Amino acid sequence: MEPHSWTIHEARERLDNGRITATGLTRSVLARIEAVEPRVAAFNTVCADMALEQAAAADRRLQAGERGGLLGIPLALKDNMITQGVATTCSSRILKNFVPPADGAMAARFKEQGAINLGKTNLDEFAMGSSTENSATQITRNPWNLERAPGGSSGGAAACVAADMALAALGSDTGGSIRQPAALCGVVGLKPTYGRVSRYGLVAFASSLDQIGPITKDVADAAIVLGAIAGRDPLDATSSARPVPDYSRGLKDGIKGLRIGVPREYFIDGMDAPVADAVRAAIDTLKGLGATVREISLPHTRYAVATYYLVATAEASSNLGRYDGVRYGHRAMDARDLLEMYMATRDQGFGPEVKRRIMLGTYALSAGYYDAYYKKAQQARTLILKDFTDAFGQVDVIATPTSPTGAFRLGERTADPLQMYLSDIFTISINLAGLPGMSQPCGVDGNGMPVGLQLIGKAFDEATMLRAGWAFEQATAFHKAKPSL
Amino acid sequence: MKYEVVIGLEVHCQLSTNTKIFCGCATTFGNPPNSQTCPICLGHPGVLPVLNRKVVEYAVMAGLATRSTISSPNVFSRKHYFYPDLPKGYQISQFDKPICEHGTIEIVVDGTPKRIGLTRIHMEEDAGKNLHEGLGDVSHVDLNRAGVPLLEMVSEPDLRSPEEAVAYLKKIRTLVIYLGICDANMEQGNLRCDANISLRPVGREKFGTKVEMKNMNSFRFLKQALEYEIKRQAKVLDEGGTIVQETRLWDTKRGVTESMRSKEEAHDYRYMPEPDLLPVVVERAWIDAIRQNMPELPDAKRERFVADFGLSEYDADVLTVSRELADYYEAAVAAFSGDPKTTCNWVMGELAAKLNETGTPIEQCPMTAAQLAGIVQAIHSGEISGKIAKTVFGEMYGTGKDAAQVIREQGLVQVSDSGAIDAMIQSVMAANPDKVADYRGGKDKLFGFFVGQVMKASQGQANPQMVNERLKALLAG
Repeated sequence: MEPHSWTIHEARERLDNGRITATGLTRSVLARIEAVEPRVAAFNTVCADMALEQAAAADRRLQAGERGGLLGIPLALKDNMITQGVATTCSSRILKNFVPPADGAMAARFKEQGAINLGKTNLDEFAMGSSTENSATQITRNPWNLERAPGGSSGGAAACVAADMALAALGSDTGGSIRQPAALCGVVGLKPTYGRVSRYGLVAFASSLDQIGPITKDVADAAIVLGAIAGRDPLDATSSARPVPDYSRGLKDGIKGLRIGVPREYFIDGMDAPVADAVRAAIDTLKGLGATVREISLPHTRYAVATYYLVATAEASSNLGRYDGVRYGHRAMDARDLLEMYMATRDQGFGPEVKRRIMLGTYALSAGYYDAYYKKAQQARTLILKDFTDAFGQVDVIATPTSPTGAFRLGERTADPLQMYLSDIFTISINLAGLPGMSQPCGVDGNGMPVGLQLIGKAFDEATMLRAGWAFEQATAFHKAKPSL
Repeated sequence: MKYEVVIGLEVHCQLSTNTKIFCGCATTFGNPPNSQTCPICLGHPGVLPVLNRKVVEYAVMAGLATRSTISSPNVFSRKHYFYPDLPKGYQISQFDKPICEHGTIEIVVDGTPKRIGLTRIHMEEDAGKNLHEGLGDVSHVDLNRAGVPLLEMVSEPDLRSPEEAVAYLKKIRTLVIYLGICDANMEQGNLRCDANISLRPVGREKFGTKVEMKNMNSFRFLKQALEYEIKRQAKVLDEGGTIVQETRLWDTKRGVTESMRSKEEAHDYRYMPEPDLLPVVVERAWIDAIRQNMPELPDAKRERFVADFGLSEYDADVLTVSRELADYYEAAVAAFSGDPKTTCNWVMGELAAKLNETGTPIEQCPMTAAQLAGIVQAIHSGEISGKIAKTVFGEMYGTGKDAAQVIREQGLVQVSDSGAIDAMIQSVMAANPDKVADYRGGKDKLFGFFVGQVMKASQGQANPQMVNERLKALLAG
């Protein structure tokens, strides 16, 4: 097996016992990028020279006896996480040439731990979308079928991991943007509990929902990366001070007696039958491993999409106010006065989906509408969280499909935003409730495209979710399948 | 028609913290544009605010000083509008859950005390500044001020005249200076004030339509602008017109208010709770700790000066206008406690005049409180007269010499020896035999002449009281 196709834990062992250098590993991954990136188009920026410099630095640390963590591991960052000296575009024209003067929390952690930053991956503009087709830079393709979408918004991250162009990547998840593309690309995607990972340096879409998490080749890697990025950050007031457990240690403890809940609201009419079948089969596998499975109800699920599109758009309309052409980013040059400059800058700089969400959110926050929309949505959010709290009185982990369908064809849903919004129907409640969720491969659909199983944990109990996912992975081989590129 | 004036003030105090409210940038005034900025206060993509605890402490101090309720938790909100000096497209402020509510501020106008309701005090960040002058057809933006902490203090519509409004603003100024939370320099803009003003026919309960007024950056402008606006509104109403709800700007040069925007053009700020900051929890223990460290407030200090030092309300009021002045006075009384009233006269009289004349603030006064007390003590003991004391003061100020040293060096000790005074009187009488005869003949008014001559002969050092007594006796023959 070529080094680029290794998992992190496989590479870790070889780096730590000196069978490969970080430079050798990085060269292998860069060669893979050179070979398949022209077809997949997962990266907005590849930092080959910088990656090799960082690899050399990692080798020096390895030689000095340092071991473990992310030292010497080549990784990719979604292009909405700021990186000093490396363009951070959010796949938007408005930030096309924006080079941050400083690192965000994730880039800083990478450097501290000696991880290698390969580059910045494509996304739906400002993470708004479910197919990465809302990118202003390029169309990323699903490595399993280049005519199909990788999902989104972290489509570049999921595609690059699925195509072995990085050992793992970091994505961000506001309504499913890590889990849905992970499901569609056949990799593992974990959205941590809100507050578990610092948001400092993550370009905000919807601040109360956004969370950074790993996209990896298997569950063991998800545990490693989460452990490396989680924890309190004094620069993010919403980050939690709870101690970070050793997620890898408990993975092998087994799931005998683990109580798994299956919400009846998550197996809906119109759902793709092979997807439902694959997920049900996965739940049976978990049962066979000693878990007890029971049906539960999350009665307010039907309000989740509406609630999400009020909260997320309201916050987005606010967060995107700063792109005004005054200090950085794109500025319309032909304007005659300030108002015209604002309007032309934002008209030229933002794509249609971003504009749609800014308008929806602005409306929801307007005087006279706030109570009916934003406030009501926050109340509905409380009810959705209560559903989960009640359910977690009876079960330890909840299992659902990640997405109602496998990867759809490029262009298939772009004309119908509502249909696109429904791609996230199983993932958005988890953001509204602030809970951890993880998608992992559990089969294929009628088109031979990967299907994702979503496990949902209690707040700050990523460990139990990871343990269940790892047990499933040990009993199956879905995570080992690779696309032929 | 006779109208009652209804005024409410919104006062912005720029807090004197070392760093900004949501980042570590310095808050120093007057440095080169954009030299005190970072990605956070520049509103870069991906950055987050972290609340400066000092700002909460200062807000709690202001709340305690105005007998406000301190709310816990209180909540930051985003106030949205587009302007080049506002980096994020929103200002982080507080909206429906401010840190302080239901306070009061006591003012005195024409000797009558009055309580003004303080609706709320909230924390927020300042915006930057747009620069236009000397730049041709472009504008520049200076964001040094962006993110400097502010307290906004909003009064109830309890003020009934421009004089009350000025007294209220002065009271806030005194308070924040005392608390040490704001430099309150109106010229530098670290104390700013907007007013809401309306008129209603005397006796009517319902408020008239209010006008919001901006840009009154001195006590004088506040008074002038309100006076102008009262006349303008009264004229409109007298002529049967209606007041338009709008924002008006005080034009300092022309001395008029001018419409800036109407109600229809008013911003919809689209307030929403700030998701990047947690609700601010202010525990009882924290409030108690802040209270412990608070200085004595002007009202309490004034009452204490009256009770302990026997000063008049007026004197106590003047002395407590600033903490530094009150501290100076107290230090002087501590150095010599025998005559607090005379000490007060010297601080407010001779010393204040000298400081005023030289433009020196009391905290930079070259004469220590103990030195001033030395003069008072010398007067009190009869060593020098009040008149000589002024000479002594003049010699001390600027040289750093003590009173005793000046008195000694210049031989200014008062002559209280009756033999020496009698001798001087006798020589004056001998030199003016006709005047002595006239006095003895009934011209009482000549007494003043003799006093003057004796004092002159003593070069001002004779004890005036003894001169009076001895003259009366000797002239009587």
